[in-house]
Amino acid sequence: MKVLVPVKRVIDYNVKARVKADQSGVDLANVKMSMNPFDEIAVEEAVRLKEGKEHHAAGTADEIVVVSIGVTQAQETIRTALAMGADRGVLIQSDTDLEPLAVAKLLKAVVDEEKPDLVLMGKQSIDGDNNAVGQMLAALLDWPQATFAGKLEIADGKATVTREVDGGLQTVAAQLPAVVTVDLRLNTPRYASLPNIMKAKKKEIAVKAVADYGVDTADRLKVLKVTEPPKRSAGVKVESAAQLVETLKSAGVL
Amino acid sequence: MAVLVIADHDGSAVRDTTNKTVTAALALSSDVDVLVVGENAQAAADAAAKIAGVRKVLLAESAGLGKALAEAVEATVLPLAAGYDAILAPATTDGKNYAPRIAAKLDVAPISDIVEVVSPDTFVRPIYAGNALETIQSSDAKKVITVRPTAFDAAANDGSASVETVAGADAPKTAFVSEEMVKSDRPELGAAKIVVSGGRALGSAEEFHAVMDPLADKLGAAVGASRAAVDAGYAPNDYQVGQTGKVVAPQLYIAIGISGAIQHLAGMKDSKTIVAINKDPDAPIFQVADYGLVADYKTAVPELMAALG
Repeated sequence: MKVLVPVKRVIDYNVKARVKADQSGVDLANVKMSMNPFDEIAVEEAVRLKEGKEHHAAGTADEIVVVSIGVTQAQETIRTALAMGADRGVLIQSDTDLEPLAVAKLLKAVVDEEKPDLVLMGKQSIDGDNNAVGQMLAALLDWPQATFAGKLEIADGKATVTREVDGGLQTVAAQLPAVVTVDLRLNTPRYASLPNIMKAKKKEIAVKAVADYGVDTADRLKVLKVTEPPKRSAGVKVESAAQLVETLKSAGVL
Repeated sequence: MAVLVIADHDGSAVRDTTNKTVTAALALSSDVDVLVVGENAQAAADAAAKIAGVRKVLLAESAGLGKALAEAVEATVLPLAAGYDAILAPATTDGKNYAPRIAAKLDVAPISDIVEVVSPDTFVRPIYAGNALETIQSSDAKKVITVRPTAFDAAANDGSASVETVAGADAPKTAFVSEEMVKSDRPELGAAKIVVSGGRALGSAEEFHAVMDPLADKLGAAVGASRAAVDAGYAPNDYQVGQTGKVVAPQLYIAIGISGAIQHLAGMKDSKTIVAINKDPDAPIFQVADYGLVADYKTAVPELMAALG
């Protein structure tokens, strides 16, 4: 089975995003960038499918292709995935930030070319927080989708996915090929070992241009401004639980 | 311009997330229809017909719709889309699952998790875990939008719309296997007026429930948890409040043993009143709390229970 894992280079999850003074966006100059944490979980699961780790049968996946759409430096993100155990990478270079619809169309073109049996990807990127690309890719391909995966099993041409939903867990079985988007608790991604980082340097990354795929990637949304959310300020400290209840009662909260 | 709202319901009643999405829809247009997708969902459709401002309710039923499978919802909505300029759904896990799928089929950019309608084509939505708000204008003729329910007031239930049946599609390539829903008599986390949340400080699942459950019952509150507590297995996944869990905005939010990581704050900082109990006086949660009590939960919670009477 061939697995395609799209990954995105985003602001590191430990860094607090700061809004630019001119309200044109978030300041990413000199900010630490990393692989989107949900994508890291997707890469890890793909590698486990190949290694036969956890409940997966050995060789469930035989090839893992990683694709990223972004600036030249997104090659580093692909390299990280290769060091974790992916086999090769594709970078579709774009200096502008593309909207989810455009990303989904490009990924569809990559799927048409690579013909994977499974697309495994993060449920959302922690910058745009759209939570849309996986669902859109599945729609454009007319494939089934299983989002927010907390558990994945591949057997008999199906992906059986336990989804983290409001109110609990839902398990669905999607016929392959399918798109599965992953949630936080699917696994804990590994740190790449030094030998694997060295090996990853020799793995192939094909560099492409957006224009190579001939799809419409025009923006549909215009960002009018990006602002800071209203700030909350620290309130008062109370001395005891009794005083807390009294204060809440007199403020009319309780 | 007409708007279609896809309802969130449990088969017999609509959840108030639907009423809140109707409020957002009414800011786009006065012609708002509600689509109830489900299986044996007539009662939910009748309940949706009572939401104030709704023009009519459409009911679509199939086995796949009963489980809110995205493929089934998409195939049900597409034939209806021609009659609407915007399709709205609450940003629940179901809405987030099917809305982008519908948008892709219509070749439009989905607009996720809006917190404000500026005008019928301009919306505000949080990005970067709520650390920034973007105001975006859509050039698509048809819009597909998910609505963050906590950002809108619920439309009243004093309307009387008609209900008509439309064709319900199924999901041929996806099969429902099972579900494991958390059963509770407490209010739902997303809709509760009071939320008590526990963090990793509670140390174990037994302790989490021993401390949080009685307090929640005393206050008539829903129980939430930090991501750290959920990851450690102290609380089920659907308790998680935060960027990647549920976003809540109750009248009163009580955080117990929660340090206040950015990703947790993103899920609760719009609460009306925030109370934090933590033994670490430097915990970041105190920077957003209206009332802070520096104390070990082990002594503070029993005292709180006693003071509540």
